[in-house]
Amino acid sequence: MAELRTPLSRAKGLGSARSGSGHFIAQRVSAVALMLLIPVFVWMIARLPDMSYETARAAIGSPLGALVLLLTLTAAFYHMRLGLQVVIEDYISKPFTRAGLLIANTLLVAGLWLVALFSILVIAA
Amino acid sequence: MAKPSTANRPLSPHVSIWRWHATMASSILHRISGVANYTGAVLVTIWLAALAAGPEVYDGFEALRAGPLGVLFTLGLIGFTLSLTYHMLNGIRHLSWDLGLGFDPKGSNLRSILIFAGAVVITAAIWLAAGGLV
Repeated sequence: MAELRTPLSRAKGLGSARSGSGHFIAQRVSAVALMLLIPVFVWMIARLPDMSYETARAAIGSPLGALVLLLTLTAAFYHMRLGLQVVIEDYISKPFTRAGLLIANTLLVAGLWLVALFSILVIAA
Repeated sequence: MAKPSTANRPLSPHVSIWRWHATMASSILHRISGVANYTGAVLVTIWLAALAAGPEVYDGFEALRAGPLGVLFTLGLIGFTLSLTYHMLNGIRHLSWDLGLGFDPKGSNLRSILIFAGAVVITAAIWLAAGGLV
């Protein structure tokens, strides 16, 4: 097969970062986890009689409820970060904007994850 | 500097060349629903933080829900349910594609439509079952 890279691409020297397979696998593994967790999470929220403070605190504060939320949100944030990374890489080509958005994605998800975990633990405590 | 030789490189048709078809719509919807789920997770986190902060803060959220913006809240939650369900059903298809299954064009088109219809039906079922929230 002929060389598919252009001379310009070869001169720039930006090849594979060799982390693509890891990203691919992590995206699928977290997808499988979410396939099990999201139905439980949705069922747990949907069966609440109302959204009052007492009802929500009791549901999320129970050991099982807290555990379902911790597991679901951990898998979800991990999966989300990987997914939006691909979207950013596909559509944003300006180097500075792209790097900025990729960093923002990582920091936002890390921050949200900690806020969510901390809140669940406070509610369950 | 030598001119880059691009003659032998394969070219793929770009977006504007294609007519719309079901698998194309389902692929784009997978992305849109993924980004929507991201937004939903941000809102769930804000809701959890309000719940953890105590009744005073949570009452603000309850007041918002009882007010004129309450309809938007309910619509947003229905949209989030639909988006989650769609992304999950189409995600099952992505996993089966990874296994090399389901690449026939006719079947793929049919499954695109079935997945969207399935997401609508499941969302409706969840909301009918969750009568207390509506």
